[in-house]
Amino acid sequence: MKSGSNLERVLEEGHFAVTAELGPPKGSSAEFVRRKAGLLKPCCDAANITDNQTAVVRMSSVAACALVKQEGLDPVMQMTCRDRNRIAIQSDLLGAVALGIRNLLCLSGDHQKFGNHPGSKNVHDLDSIQLIGAVRKMRDEAQFMSGDKISGGMPLFIGAAANPYADPFEFRVLRLAKKVKAGADFIQTQAVFDVERFAKWMEMVRDKGLDQKVRILAGLIPIKSVGMARYMRDYVSGLMVPDELVDRMENAKDAKEEGVQIALEIIEQIRDIPGVHGIHIMAVAWEEVVPLITERAGFLPRPIV
Amino acid sequence: MLVSEQKPLEEILRSLEGEGRVFLLGCRGCAEACQTGGEKEVLAMKETLEGAGKEIAGWAALDFLCQKGLVKTGLYPFEDQIVSADSILTMCCGIGVQVTSSVVGKVTHPACNTISLGGSRGEWWGSERCLECGDCLLDLTGGICPLTACTKSLINGPCGGARDGRCEFEPEVRECGWQLIYERLKKLDRLHKLREISLPKDFARMQPPKDLRGTAFWSLGQRQEERTGDETLGTL
Repeated sequence: MKSGSNLERVLEEGHFAVTAELGPPKGSSAEFVRRKAGLLKPCCDAANITDNQTAVVRMSSVAACALVKQEGLDPVMQMTCRDRNRIAIQSDLLGAVALGIRNLLCLSGDHQKFGNHPGSKNVHDLDSIQLIGAVRKMRDEAQFMSGDKISGGMPLFIGAAANPYADPFEFRVLRLAKKVKAGADFIQTQAVFDVERFAKWMEMVRDKGLDQKVRILAGLIPIKSVGMARYMRDYVSGLMVPDELVDRMENAKDAKEEGVQIALEIIEQIRDIPGVHGIHIMAVAWEEVVPLITERAGFLPRPIV
Repeated sequence: MLVSEQKPLEEILRSLEGEGRVFLLGCRGCAEACQTGGEKEVLAMKETLEGAGKEIAGWAALDFLCQKGLVKTGLYPFEDQIVSADSILTMCCGIGVQVTSSVVGKVTHPACNTISLGGSRGEWWGSERCLECGDCLLDLTGGICPLTACTKSLINGPCGGARDGRCEFEPEVRECGWQLIYERLKKLDRLHKLREISLPKDFARMQPPKDLRGTAFWSLGQRQEERTGDETLGTL
C-alpha cells in the first residue's frame, strides 16, 4: 500500500471504484462542505475536492478536504500548477498529509482567462507531469525536490488526469504514458460522452500495457438540461458532446430523467471496456443526482475495505 | 522592434497632476512606426494637453530613444525648454522612458504601454519567440519553443484544452503550440523525443548571469558611463 487510502484499498481489492466530485463553496461555510460530504459518503469511495476549478476562487482544496475527511469520506485533493510555485506546492502537501489527506490529483489547471480573475498571473513553475514526479519523490525517497530530507512519511496515492478528447489525439496516450512513468497510480479521465472514441483510446492504452500499470477511472458528467448540454458542446474546452445527445436532451419530456438515463447508458457501455477500473462522476452543481445514479447503476452499497 | 500603444488620456493626465509645464519627447524609431510617438503623434498630444490646460514647454522627436548617446546630443538644443519644464512626457516604449529618465535630471512620465510580444524575436524579427530562459529545450521539441508557443508554457505536452488544433485561450488566432510541436516531430520522425520527461526548469537562470553585467553584451552605454563617470546631461 502506498497510502492506505480508501480509494487505493478499493482498487487494490479489485472493486470497480466510484469517485465523485465535490466543488467547495465560493464562501467560507464549513457546513456547505459537510452537507455535500454527507450526501456523497454512502455512494462513493472517495470524493475529489476541486482546486479553484475553471479558475474561479473558492474555498481552498486542502481546507475542504480536511472537512470532508472529518465527515468520514476519503478526500482526493486536486492540486493545480496554475496558482503555486514549487515551494507552495510542497508546503501544502506536507500540510495535506498532516491533515490526513491521502489521495492527490495532479493537474495543470484551467487557464485563468476563464475564471473570475482573468488578470491574475499564472505560475506554472511545474507542469502536471513534473508535479507527479515531485510527489513521487517526496513519497518514495522522503526528499523534497531539492534533495533535502523530509521528516515524516508522505503516504499519498498519486492521481493524474487524462483527456481522450483533446488534440492531438495520437499524443494523448503518449502523454498518459509519461504520467505513469512519472509516478501516477490512478487516472481520472475527462468526461466521456462519445463512448466510441473513448473505447478507441482505451484500446491504445491497452496496446501500450498502461492499463496494467495504472488504475483508470472514466469520467462522467450527468447532463441536467439541454442548455447545459449545448454549453458543454460549444464552450467548454476539452469536452466533446455529440449532437445526438443534445438532440435527446432537447426532445426529452423530463430533461433531468433523460440526463440520468444517458449517464446510466454511458456507464453500462464503459464498465465492460477492459482496463477501466472505475468511474468518476462530476455532477457539477448537481451532487444530489449521484446517489440516484449510483443506486440505479447497481453500485450500492459501496464496499467496506 | 518594441510595440507600444498610447495610454488612455485620463491616465496620462493623472500622472501629470500638479505639473503645469510639460516637455514632450517622441521617438522616430519603433514609436513612429507604431504611430504612438512620432512627430505627428507628439503634435497631436501637444494640442490635446494644451486643451486640457497644460503649457507645453517644447517638444522634440529624436531618432531612437533607446540610445543614450543619441538622446544626450539630441536634447542639447532643447536644454532651456527642458529646464523650464516641470516634467517630461516620453512617448515611446519603456526603454526610451528609462533612457530619458537616466540622462535628464527631470521627472519623466511614460505616455505609452509597451505591448508584450511573448518573448524576444531576435534582431531581425519574425514569428519565432525566445523567452531567454537560459536552459534551451528546443532539442526535445522539434525546434518550436513550448515556453512561448504554449499559453501555459507547459513543457511536457499539451493540456486538455486544445480543440481542432487551436489553443483554448484564443482559438481564433492561436494554434496549440503542442499541436505544432507534435506535427513537427512527426514530420521529422522524432516523436520518441516526446517520451522523455523534462525535469523542472531552473528559473534562476532567467536572472542575467553576474559575469555578463558590465560587458558589451549587457550594455554598451554602461561601459561609456564607467569611462566618463557621468551619466546625466550637465546642466539638465
